[in-house]
Amino acid sequence: MAVPFSYSFRNLWKRRLTTILTVSGMALVVFVFAAVLMMAAGLQKTLVETGSPDNMVVVRKASTSEVMSSVERKSAAIVEMLPQVAAGHQGQPMIAKESVVLIALKKRGDEQTSSHSNVVVRGIQTESLPLRPQVKLVSGRMLRMGSSEVVVGNSIAKGFQGVGLQQTLTWGMRTWMVVGIFDAGNTGFSSEIWGDVDQVMQAFRRPAYSSMIFKLNHPDAFDAAKTAIEKDPRLTLEAKRETKYYRDQSEMMAKFLRILGTSLTIIFSIGAIIGAMITMYSAVSSRTAEIGTLRALGFRRRNILLAFLTESLLLGFIGGCIGLFFASFMQFITISTVNFQTFSELAFKFTLTPGIVMQSMVFALAMGLIGGVLPALRASRMKIVDALRAS
Amino acid sequence: MMLLKILFRNAFHNKLRSFLTILGIAVAILAFGLLRTVVSSFYAGVEAASTSRLVTRNAISIIFPLPISYTEKIRQVEGVKRVSYGNWFGGVYINEKNFFPNFCVEPRTYFELYPEFVVEEKQKKSFLADRKGAVAGKKLANKYGWKVGDNITLKGMIYPGNWDFVLRAIYTGRDNTVDETQFFFHWAYLNEAIKKVMPSMADQVGFYMIGVNRPDTAAETAIAIDKMFKNSLAETLTETEKAFNLGFIAMSEAIVTAIQMVSFVVIFIIMAVVANTMAMTTRERTGDYAILKTLGFGARDITILIFGEALVITLTGGLIGIALTFPAARAFGQQMSTYFPVFLVSAQTIYMDVIAAFLIAFLAAIIPTRHAIRIRIADGLRRIG
Repeated sequence: MAVPFSYSFRNLWKRRLTTILTVSGMALVVFVFAAVLMMAAGLQKTLVETGSPDNMVVVRKASTSEVMSSVERKSAAIVEMLPQVAAGHQGQPMIAKESVVLIALKKRGDEQTSSHSNVVVRGIQTESLPLRPQVKLVSGRMLRMGSSEVVVGNSIAKGFQGVGLQQTLTWGMRTWMVVGIFDAGNTGFSSEIWGDVDQVMQAFRRPAYSSMIFKLNHPDAFDAAKTAIEKDPRLTLEAKRETKYYRDQSEMMAKFLRILGTSLTIIFSIGAIIGAMITMYSAVSSRTAEIGTLRALGFRRRNILLAFLTESLLLGFIGGCIGLFFASFMQFITISTVNFQTFSELAFKFTLTPGIVMQSMVFALAMGLIGGVLPALRASRMKIVDALRAS
Repeated sequence: MMLLKILFRNAFHNKLRSFLTILGIAVAILAFGLLRTVVSSFYAGVEAASTSRLVTRNAISIIFPLPISYTEKIRQVEGVKRVSYGNWFGGVYINEKNFFPNFCVEPRTYFELYPEFVVEEKQKKSFLADRKGAVAGKKLANKYGWKVGDNITLKGMIYPGNWDFVLRAIYTGRDNTVDETQFFFHWAYLNEAIKKVMPSMADQVGFYMIGVNRPDTAAETAIAIDKMFKNSLAETLTETEKAFNLGFIAMSEAIVTAIQMVSFVVIFIIMAVVANTMAMTTRERTGDYAILKTLGFGARDITILIFGEALVITLTGGLIGIALTFPAARAFGQQMSTYFPVFLVSAQTIYMDVIAAFLIAFLAAIIPTRHAIRIRIADGLRRIG
């Protein structure tokens, strides 16, 4: 017969101060663990959602981001003629030749301490909009092609100075009017500024496009289009699915965050495990007589072991729940930082996934288990007579 | 002396518990020290920056170049002593995993501007004479086993193709705060090559590095330079090397702040653990305190006893943690030399370690002390029962 569950639970309740201290240590560890994983997941989610699986991105070979890439007008004309490019409802090819540059803008905040960061300026064509259905105008109007007008993503409008509606930006010896603000949901486009590609290239004296985006006429046409572009001796370009292209951009940063987070929490968990161990050892030693009584009543060694393990697993479980409870509030926070790989500003949200909940709970229970194993073994090994004598 | 003896006896009364607590504190202080060092090594480039150097770059953003023709114009500005220039090359060695900073620079002036890069005179001469020559830092050369005279090929990410270099010199830092993981080669080599394939990108530089006569007039010199190119196609932004480097760190500010916050979280975690230990200890010793009170010892003596015991435990753990920080930092620094070229434990970090240890002890002892002082003698004695 097993020792009742309520025995373990009530013991924790009896020594509240100690339980609270131990649990709060564990909760903090779980919180940090979950928060870092949420950050990496949020970054990846944002960049994966930026791409759409039917779209292909064409960039110069070996360039890791659009900013580094350049696509000559001559090459662009060849790609435009590919049979795999989908046709729009007026028969025009669904392809956009774009130019991507970085400009330094001042972040919002205190005049002295606010810093500059790199923001993506994307020169777009008319076709760019239907290729990115996630982009929706929230205020103002769309830019007119052929004019010095720009529309700004909402993360940039929120985080930077001088990019509000009707405000002007100056670059390339020209003044650019912000005529609209768009929301691209949880994607990287929300951290960009869009203008007319020909105007942008003219202003920055760029002779070549940065990249091309086109929609495949059939989802299975990917391989044919890729071969056609990469095997053509006239072209030094490479083609990727848009989803893969953006996922690749999140890799380095997400990996950095994961390594950092995991190694930190492993170190932290040592502290929490020790806390649990101290608590459980003292629980065992102050209850020696009780253990003796239980044994005398006929409970077996493994019942005692299980009762104490349950107690320490409960500690871990409560710690895990509290840690996750607070971590879930982090979902309301959006952080904006520079992605190392593209060197440009990117805003993303902390994202809690079922996988992270699972990992955190397993982690919390593991801490409880490791902390409780030795004390529980000690409790189960006591001799009945000695234990009873202790009272 | 007597007091100290009692404190130690008390602290190690329950050996297992004290051992575990001390272990926990040592780990926490070690983690705290390493995290602070990570943060401070983010700023290593800022600390190493000289006040007598200015950096001029394109005002739009760092990815836009400036024409080479600005060299002579900048040289004419009052207060300017030397002008050098270069480009971020962005090449990788074999594959993208082997990342290290590599620049093409105007070699003669660049090394004059950076006296902290020490190069043997003979090696320097042969580097200057060979247009395909390159200089690598000592740490970098050791990492890949390069020796002077070796051929090195970098794959260009910005300038496509394979670029061959001959390692002509290895530089060492004047002191241990100098980054020894950089790679430099001749700007002219890059320029001549891209003239043929991408003429539009030729004759341009990514940044100008400027040495000024007097650091205290550097700000005026910077303004004079920017004013000269105002309303031109390539407007400039000139700032001190320190501000320039700080600008890069500001971009990843969110991460630095996160690490900083997390480093305090570890202190909170361990505070909970120590507070727990102290709570248990005082609960067990309630009877002792009641006896002390009966003998006439006051609240002050009991406070000293409990705080002293907490201090003995945290300081022992703290000292072990600090002692472990140094070998750990060395091992970590070697592993992560790609990310943190300079990884040194600063004196400030050690002070913060000690402060943290004291803080943990005091905060952990407050509640148990209050409890021990408030308990009535009769109640305390009854518990021995």
